Amino acid sequence: MSAPQYAPGKHPDLPAPSTLAGPLAWVRANLLSSPSNITLTLLSLWFLWSVIPGALNWFFFDAVYSGENRAACRAAGEGACWAFIGEYLKLFTYGFYPEESRWRVNLAFVLMWLALVPILFDRVPHRKYGLYYAAAFPFIAGWLLVGGLGLAPVTTDKFGGIMLTLVVGVTGIAFSLPIGILLALGRSSKLTIIRVFCVGFIEFIRGVPLITLLFVASTMLSYFLPPGTNFDLLLRVLIMVTLFASGYMAEVIRGGLQAIPSGQTEAADALGLKYWQAMRLIVLPQALKISIPGIVNTFIGLYKDTTLVIIIGLYDPLGIGRAALANTSWIGLSTEVYIFVAIFFFVSCFAMSRYSLYLEDKLETGHKR
Amino acid sequence: MSEAAHAAMARRNPLARLWNDKESRQVIIQIISFVLIFAFFFMMVRNAVINLEAIGKDISLKFLWQPSSYDINQSLIEYSSRSSHFRAMIVGILNTLLVAVFGIALATILGFLLGISRLSKNWIINKMAYVYIEYVRNVPVLLHILLVHGMIINLLPLPRASLTIGDGAFLNNRGFFVPKPDFEPLFLAVAALFLGGVAFAFWFRKYARMVQDQSGKHYPVFWICLAAVAGVPLLAYFVLGAPITWEIPELQGFNYKGGMVLRPEFIALWLALSIYTAAFIGEIVRAGISAVDWGQNEAASALGITRGRTLHLVVIPQALRIIVPPLTSQYLNLTKNSSLAIAIGYMDIVATIGGISLNQTGREMECMALVLALYLVFSLLISAFMNWYNRRIKLVER
Amino acid sequence: MKFRNTAAAAAALIFGATTAAHAATLDDVKRKGEVACVVSTSLAGFAAPDASGRYTGFDVDFCRAVAAAVLGDPNKVKFVPATTKNRFTVLNSGEGDILFRNTTETMSRDADLKLSFLPVNYYDGQGFLIRKSAGIKSATELGGASVCIQTGTTTELNLADFMRTNGIKYDPVPVETNEEALTNYEGGRCDVYTTDASGIAATRTGLDNPSAHVILPEIISKEPLAGAVRHGDDQWADIGKWVVNALINAEELGITQRNVKSKARKSGDNPKVNRLLGTEGGMGAMVGLDDKWAVRAISAVGNYGEIFERHIGKKTPLGLERGLNALWKDGGILYAAPIR
Repeated sequence: MSAPQYAPGKHPDLPAPSTLAGPLAWVRANLLSSPSNITLTLLSLWFLWSVIPGALNWFFFDAVYSGENRAACRAAGEGACWAFIGEYLKLFTYGFYPEESRWRVNLAFVLMWLALVPILFDRVPHRKYGLYYAAAFPFIAGWLLVGGLGLAPVTTDKFGGIMLTLVVGVTGIAFSLPIGILLALGRSSKLTIIRVFCVGFIEFIRGVPLITLLFVASTMLSYFLPPGTNFDLLLRVLIMVTLFASGYMAEVIRGGLQAIPSGQTEAADALGLKYWQAMRLIVLPQALKISIPGIVNTFIGLYKDTTLVIIIGLYDPLGIGRAALANTSWIGLSTEVYIFVAIFFFVSCFAMSRYSLYLEDKLETGHKR
Repeated sequence: MSEAAHAAMARRNPLARLWNDKESRQVIIQIISFVLIFAFFFMMVRNAVINLEAIGKDISLKFLWQPSSYDINQSLIEYSSRSSHFRAMIVGILNTLLVAVFGIALATILGFLLGISRLSKNWIINKMAYVYIEYVRNVPVLLHILLVHGMIINLLPLPRASLTIGDGAFLNNRGFFVPKPDFEPLFLAVAALFLGGVAFAFWFRKYARMVQDQSGKHYPVFWICLAAVAGVPLLAYFVLGAPITWEIPELQGFNYKGGMVLRPEFIALWLALSIYTAAFIGEIVRAGISAVDWGQNEAASALGITRGRTLHLVVIPQALRIIVPPLTSQYLNLTKNSSLAIAIGYMDIVATIGGISLNQTGREMECMALVLALYLVFSLLISAFMNWYNRRIKLVER
Repeated sequence: MKFRNTAAAAAALIFGATTAAHAATLDDVKRKGEVACVVSTSLAGFAAPDASGRYTGFDVDFCRAVAAAVLGDPNKVKFVPATTKNRFTVLNSGEGDILFRNTTETMSRDADLKLSFLPVNYYDGQGFLIRKSAGIKSATELGGASVCIQTGTTTELNLADFMRTNGIKYDPVPVETNEEALTNYEGGRCDVYTTDASGIAATRTGLDNPSAHVILPEIISKEPLAGAVRHGDDQWADIGKWVVNALINAEELGITQRNVKSKARKSGDNPKVNRLLGTEGGMGAMVGLDDKWAVRAISAVGNYGEIFERHIGKKTPLGLERGLNALWKDGGILYAAPIR
């Protein structure tokens, strides 16, 4: 009779029995709850077992990290030849940007992160000024990268690699949002001609693949410009990518606009607000807040679409990879290039989609009943 | 500015009065924007005319009837290098449609499987689906296409070492070779029975639903339809003595000859587009199903409806309403992404009329205009169809 | 205000100076201070960026020679990489001033696409590369073979014609770039790779075991590769034409990158050399340049033979023979018009 005596109701809580809690119970509930479940678990384990070790070996353990050329790589190990990526890493990052001016790319990159802080997080001191700076950032970066006004000019055909991806991505993101908002407002406008034009534009953009628009930019746009003028190819691409993304952005924002009850605009009318005031102060803040996840998704799509510029001969990381593969001493290592580029895109897009989830969560708490 | 000053100005200046009136201002804005838009397009066309004249080119579609002079490796219709550019374009259109239809079908199946896996209680299945979806969604589709194509070419064996599947199908890095059916006249009867079965299945589904609505009586619709569509024709096929002879592909010289072949470029594009789009569809399906209120399940249980029938009659019809609109845009995306075929040499619209024909004739304007127009038509057709379907499954409010 | 200035400056830079597409290209080039030269996005030996991003290659050196002749500096070239698809548009729209992008001269390109071709700088022909193990001796035995081929080039038309006239059924596998073709060929997707013989030789050296592959004896087409300019500016076309001719003539006359400076210092015994190097005759003025135009071009990149050996000759990975591209004196067909 060593067990202590407790007054009724005072017995301390005992841990749950091991059949209901702890790792074993977890395994049973989540992996082995029924015969079909057991089969699925075993099948998946077998699948993982047969794929993962080989992949890891290729990727890490048998990989070759230094070597002169492909033959040296192949002689040193069975796995991936990362020496190739290493050799071209600078080209992958900066493209053909002149060596002595690469600090400008680095600076623009740092400034980009500084500009992102006030946009991404709302508890930043002096957020208002931060946002002004963020709005000015594309122009500052443009000046840094292109040069002029005291900096040595660098022509845009020197842009390439990850830097080009960021230039196209950030420009598209920065300009497609305002254009998208205008298009969305135009589409829900009462003015017939403006509405028809916006609908036509949006439907056209959404109806054709981006690469056909890029082909238009690269093969025939120059015919539509006044005789003798000439657009830089990168600028044409930027315009096309931005217009393309704005078409999608407009639809996302239109969804947000439609979710705002018409009572809001009517109330604004009743208060005597003009159209733009009503939109700016009442409707858009609510509509944009609702559409943030969609907007971020459009950004991710745009960012991924930057790979298509390779098809019209610009050197994004994939294009650099292919150019590098034309070098006779590295020919035939396309898998390494594709995987390297895939990792780059995965990291950046995954980060963006995590941020979108974070926003979704944050917004949802506001609306939960 | 005070009211009075405003009014005074308006009196003096009739233009200001027009601007201050809401109705007339709207008209003015519209006229101005119309003029601006019109002027913009007019300038573009004028520039094009001047520019083309300066280098002595004209715009004409006559080249479409010239012989194309190039060969196309995959064609659903008869085509040779003597055929016209127009015919090459038709071949391209059919190839785009082929990969789009196959892709949409596979992406839908995979996507639903993924969506269900994401809702599975099995932890490993759930997490594997999660990893798959996150990986696939965050890597550009062009990379998927190139990777899958690279894998098919480098991992599958050469023709001489083909993997043999069953008796007559062969898989190698030149494609998937399957026997080609050669129909005998008696097969017509089987085909007629099949068509009859399809018609019967449509009618029976409607009828069964009507009976259920009125009396609650439930027929095993799926099994009866399956029997009508597949069972009866199959039975007839064997009763009539299997009136199909199969042309088995044979290894001759460089490669298999005879039979039908799915080319690696087609397979790569098809798989890559499907696995890419499936990841998005998976998320849509997961969101759609989890958006159906759990109370609906509980209510169905309370009414004594079985688990399977709850899914079929209660959850899925409601989830579909949420799933279909975003599904439409995924189908559209898949069709548009099929234009990336050009990266691996699948002969779609962009590769035929927008690619080789454009290169060989130098008619950028005409070719690109045709390509843009064709994609627009596809998009409009798919949206029209999905809108129709969406209306059909929409909640009928009483 | 500051931003507006910056934006305006950036816009001015990006938009570039307006170029009159059809008037004096020479003035235009001088004003811009650089020659916009259309080259391949990457083709080993002919034009490809190296690891530091600098373009090198056979075609590239012709661009540099033109820049040296016109502007006095072989580095004042803006390379405009173009795909097979947009190369002619890039030239016609004025984005490029001159094109050296291993491009075959054909009648339709000349007359219909409105190009003026410069003298041929490389005589090529279309050949076939195949595995030795296939046991094929002639292109007429290719029935049923998968053939890798670059789209947008004359090679796919030649192939279609050849196969058709010989009644051979084959399976064309179109690819965009040489690298892709190589991946496909090496992976066994294609039995045969067909392209210009120069490209085939380059490709063969890049394979794991070059001796396991053979080049079939048939050359099924004529591929005179030449530079090109837009129709309508004869002066600019003349400059391009005579720079190419000067480089070929330099080889014929034994003028090299090393000795050109000393030979040009004063008039020598050979009037041909004197006219080329501008010590007599005043040839440069005829095309709107000064007398030392050829000296600058040759000292920048060397004579034709030197360019050839440096990028695609025996000692390079491509290891091409001079073959047809030897001087007419040496059994080739390189026969540049005299400078007189």
